[in-house]
Amino acid sequence: MFNITVNGQHHDVDADPNMPLLWVLRDILGLTGTKFGCGAAQCGACTVHLNGEAVRSCVTKINRAAGQDIVTIEGLSANNNHPLQLAWNEINVPQCGYCQSGQLMSAAVLLRENPNPSDEDIDDAMSGNICRCGTYQRIRAAIHKAAAMQTEGAKL
Amino acid sequence: MRKLIATSIIAVITGIITLSFRLETVKKHTYATLPKDSVGSAKAFMSVYRVLMSSRCMNCHPSGDAPLQGDDNHIHTMNVKRGVDGKGLYSVRCSNCHQAGNTAGLHMPPGNPKWGLPPANMRMVFQGRTPRQLALQLLDPKQNGGRTKAQLIDHMANDGLVGWAWRPGDGRTLPPMSRPAFAAQVRLWIAKGAYAPSAKAK
Repeated sequence: MFNITVNGQHHDVDADPNMPLLWVLRDILGLTGTKFGCGAAQCGACTVHLNGEAVRSCVTKINRAAGQDIVTIEGLSANNNHPLQLAWNEINVPQCGYCQSGQLMSAAVLLRENPNPSDEDIDDAMSGNICRCGTYQRIRAAIHKAAAMQTEGAKL
Repeated sequence: MRKLIATSIIAVITGIITLSFRLETVKKHTYATLPKDSVGSAKAFMSVYRVLMSSRCMNCHPSGDAPLQGDDNHIHTMNVKRGVDGKGLYSVRCSNCHQAGNTAGLHMPPGNPKWGLPPANMRMVFQGRTPRQLALQLLDPKQNGGRTKAQLIDHMANDGLVGWAWRPGDGRTLPPMSRPAFAAQVRLWIAKGAYAPSAKAK
């Protein structure tokens, strides 16, 4: 039995210690916003926050997550109003949308650590998240927009 | 008289305890030595060099700020960068994919609790170094992480992340000799005087 905190809620999970965190989130807790992409930490679709770091949940076993704090796309903000979510919506970033929860979770770490990222910073942070639709330019624009919104919000 | 005997006994015991601590400290910082032998020492280092330049070691000691992958030493996919602490940047931190142990399966992320590159202020580059350059670099505390020769031996022989090279997970080639054989060559290199090979050595 593993005790994990997901989006602020405690859960006791009865799972094999080697079960990927992704399976726990999707199949046991029903949080299907996080996607299975490659299963090999190659694409970033399954990115969630583990103690604030953007881990790939497909290769992160539940025994690493035990007792830790996990945030999924469902918990990124209370009302889908994280600056990134607002910017994503405004710029219409997604095409098929499958990779976008992973993109957002990675971008959220970038903005937390670097409130005003350059294009190079965005490349450094986001190159582990692949988008088959090729929405990279809109992702970049949305991160810049979210950074500006965050700065404006901080001024208010 | 009894007081004197008691005081003497306490003094002797205190002395023994103090000495035992000193011996332990001294022991930590010593290593086996042999008569100086520049040829034998340099020859041993060439064996060490072949291991250090193998992909399992060199891929995390690159000349640039990106780790390498595979036996062809290609630049790590995903634009992974060293970062200040050697553990990556932003959402591309090493431990975001690399776990405390190898993930099973071909092309799955290898793992170790200490996975990472040397930090930006102590890059410890292997890639592109000649045997002489690498030997001199390894012996220089300003370039080797502040290690004494004894600590260098200990690092090569016992460090867990170094040891990963001999347990690299599915599908990865091993360094050209076993770890005990490697450690023996490191000890021999230093015991015989820690000589750097000549500039012509390849």
